[in-house]
Amino acid sequence: MALLYTEKQKALIELVREMAENEIKPHVKECDEKGFCDPELYHWGFDMGLHMLEVPAEYGGVGLDYATIAMIFEELAKVDAGYAITFVTSFVALRNVILAGTKEQGLQFAKTLAPGKFAAFALTEPNAGSDVGGMKSTAVLDGEEWVINGAKTFITNGSIASIYVIFAKTDVAAGSHGISAFIVPRETEGLSVGAHEDKMGLRLSNTTDLFMDNVRVPKENLLGELGGGFKLAMNALNQSRAFVATMAVGIMQRALDEAVKYAKERKQFGRPIIKFEMVQGLLADMAMRTEACRCLVNNTMRMMDAGIMPQKEGAICKAFVSDCAQQVTSDAVQVFGGYGFIREYPVEKLMRDIKVFQIFEGTNQIQRMTIAGCLDKEYK
Amino acid sequence: MNFDDYKNVWVFIESFEDQPKSVGLELLGQGRRLADELGQKLVAVALGRDTTELACASAFYGADQVITVDGEEYASYSADAYGYAFLKLVDKYKPNVILIGATVNGRDLGSKLAVSLRTGLTADCTALRVDEETKNIVWERPAFGGNLYAQILCATTRPQMGTCRPGAFKMPPERPENHPECIRESIHVPQDSLRTRVLEFVKAAKSGEIPLGQAQVIVSGGRGMKNAENFALLHKLADALGGTVGCSRAAVDAGWMPQSRQVGQTGTTVSPRLYIACGISGAIQHIAGMSESDTIVAINKDENAPIFEVADYCIVGDLFEVIPAILKELKARKEA
Amino acid sequence: MRIAVCVKQVPDTTEIKIDPIKKTLIRTGVPSILNPFDRNAVEMALQLRDTYGGTVTVFSMGLPQARAVIREAIAMGADEGYLVTDRAFGGSDTFATSYILSSALKLKGPFDVILGGQQAVDGDTGQTAPSIAEHLGVTRVTCVLDLKVEGEKCIARRKVEEGVEVVEAKMPVLCTATRESNKPRYATIARKIYSLDCEIPPISKADMPEIDETKIGLTGSPTRVKNTFTPERTANGVYITGNTAAEIAARLLDKLADAKAL
Repeated sequence: MALLYTEKQKALIELVREMAENEIKPHVKECDEKGFCDPELYHWGFDMGLHMLEVPAEYGGVGLDYATIAMIFEELAKVDAGYAITFVTSFVALRNVILAGTKEQGLQFAKTLAPGKFAAFALTEPNAGSDVGGMKSTAVLDGEEWVINGAKTFITNGSIASIYVIFAKTDVAAGSHGISAFIVPRETEGLSVGAHEDKMGLRLSNTTDLFMDNVRVPKENLLGELGGGFKLAMNALNQSRAFVATMAVGIMQRALDEAVKYAKERKQFGRPIIKFEMVQGLLADMAMRTEACRCLVNNTMRMMDAGIMPQKEGAICKAFVSDCAQQVTSDAVQVFGGYGFIREYPVEKLMRDIKVFQIFEGTNQIQRMTIAGCLDKEYK
Repeated sequence: MNFDDYKNVWVFIESFEDQPKSVGLELLGQGRRLADELGQKLVAVALGRDTTELACASAFYGADQVITVDGEEYASYSADAYGYAFLKLVDKYKPNVILIGATVNGRDLGSKLAVSLRTGLTADCTALRVDEETKNIVWERPAFGGNLYAQILCATTRPQMGTCRPGAFKMPPERPENHPECIRESIHVPQDSLRTRVLEFVKAAKSGEIPLGQAQVIVSGGRGMKNAENFALLHKLADALGGTVGCSRAAVDAGWMPQSRQVGQTGTTVSPRLYIACGISGAIQHIAGMSESDTIVAINKDENAPIFEVADYCIVGDLFEVIPAILKELKARKEA
Repeated sequence: MRIAVCVKQVPDTTEIKIDPIKKTLIRTGVPSILNPFDRNAVEMALQLRDTYGGTVTVFSMGLPQARAVIREAIAMGADEGYLVTDRAFGGSDTFATSYILSSALKLKGPFDVILGGQQAVDGDTGQTAPSIAEHLGVTRVTCVLDLKVEGEKCIARRKVEEGVEVVEAKMPVLCTATRESNKPRYATIARKIYSLDCEIPPISKADMPEIDETKIGLTGSPTRVKNTFTPERTANGVYITGNTAAEIAARLLDKLADAKAL
């Protein structure tokens, strides 16, 4: 593959591959059909520490660099991206609490997750998707407590999280500058979750609505500055976009692996179809796109490791990789021919799983707006 | 050490509930040949609560001499009791060769004796012969999962010891007219040297599954089975043929089958009437455990799979198509 | 509780292939792995530590590259490991190997429980671990499914051909684990990273002044390899073909019926 891996990275990738292949893969088909991940499967990721990889050691995590974490999650996503994203979502939430919050908030949040719990990041609302500033949820200070009201939608880990970062307006008149973030434990009175969505793909990822009905949290649960929620959310998204992209690369690699294997086995006109130039063209294009995307992800991760907040690069990474991945998964189905369209074969799921990558964490149209906006500033 | 002091070929007659296990009797056949070539006696050694049956069986399968030790402490195997008595016997009679079955207990006893006697022990031998020149035993055994065979000598110490797997050799001819010399030894193991005690024995549940070693027909699956669920197909075929299901190490490593069903060098050695290898490439470690089967059928997608080198009937094809077809055909023939 | 585990690095025998022309073993490119049975022994040790507390120390005898399998055990959770290595140990058979390992265990001991795999997939002798018990003079229980410690005694469930024996044994004890004993855990990412460059001190002959030199290496080994060869195999199987699976099935059953194999 395109990257030069260190011995450490190779060992970690191998370890995750072994676990995912042996313990997760045998259950993926059934979970995909059911539409949710068997909760029994989460402990494999927790036992290995996948929920605490990038968390600094002082918070009980592994303190691993982003570039290596990306490799690990690419490997996990090869088996199932929905399973992988469950862990990624959780640690991105924790990461942002550590970055934006007080030391106590960070430690408390980490302590909640460390034994094997998930976190969720509740930003999107039914009428505030790309337009974050249009959110309707509110938080009002009542003595020593914040009182939060509103509803969230498409919340990854919505019903399996033990702790949430919830965004709400503390100043309704101030647009995106009136948004603040709050730490809300699952058991808080007034917090309830909706039904798990029946999705097209990524069916092992938990997705629900979230309802806040006079949810009261202590004053100190405000995360970061009052009115600083929008910036916090954007920073979180800048980071998570590259992670989303690494999982897309995992899906692409799986598509390529399956397609090549099939093309070598499948015989038509007396020879394996990989010997036909038209099929070779498809496979080569798939390989080119996959390698290029992996390099792009790696570079973005290394920027983040160097402390750069990759606003433009994160957007480029997410949009480019997820667009390429549509083509690659579709090509995999093409290589499989009629069998590719059948659920018994593994590639149609990849095509279903990948679609949402062009949509979530900011649609690819929004990404292009961000990229163009950055360009406009750069060329002043 | 004067080698001339060490005479005769000993075979340990391992028992379970005072009945002989077949492996000890199988070894009497090998021991007979070695003893004849050496011009020495074949001696059966049996320990137990009551060794009557063991002595009879030893006579029936050709021992020249039977040494028995009876006692409550030998009712079930323990390294301490069996080792204590056996060492006393070795000290007294000085055998040249000791053959032991490579069972769980046999391996245990073998290592105990070899270390105490400071002598060589060759495990899992598949062929034994006497070196014409030196009169040492040449112990032949597979290594690296049967990829390599080695001939081992124990030329500087006595006794020479080896273990052989159950089923590795056929039973010797019956000799009802044989009347060996019987020696009863009375050896009492001091209480304080018994460090283990069997509290309970739970016999293997009769699961209805035929043990691999006894099956006449074995249908085995390997990596090509793809997952645990697909083994149901092999169970159907095994049921239709009145056999049982085995597997390769790859299937055990993948967690699809328990190790107790593994055929091969690290599993069970089998020699059934019919062996059907499905999706097994035929790593030598597997072949070493099944190549003595009377008839071998191999079904594999890969025409270059080494399993085809040992198979009598080779089918290059998808087992998921071929096996259902065989099942259908069997059913049709049964109904016809 | 102090627990020791003896592990071995072995070639992955499922990956070994024979050169089709020269009929010799192709050793290059064959991955070296932690003996699968020893992985179960490590898991058994970790479970004992989880239950009773204490430490798990791993020993392996071999060339410096055998550190890789000690690292694997440490990645799974073992506390420390030692590589028993010396030119003088080369050519050791099971007698000498078990003696050398027992000397290393004595050096770093005493241990309450010593564990090993029931057998190694390369040599398959199943002798080394119980021989260590004999050299050390400790109680041995082979083929153990699980182990409970109760003061000066332990209770082991021991798998033999006819069933399962429940054995009470005096401590200290050496037990061997089988593939059926447990499901070995995966390493954690954090532990894996630690294992990759933690120190694994060597134990050489010089570290064990009491060692009896007549019991080690080639000269200390009562058995000697006379020669080795690869098994000859001649393919003379009948290929059964047909246009459909049904045709193949019918032909096969005819053949098997003729051969009286059904």
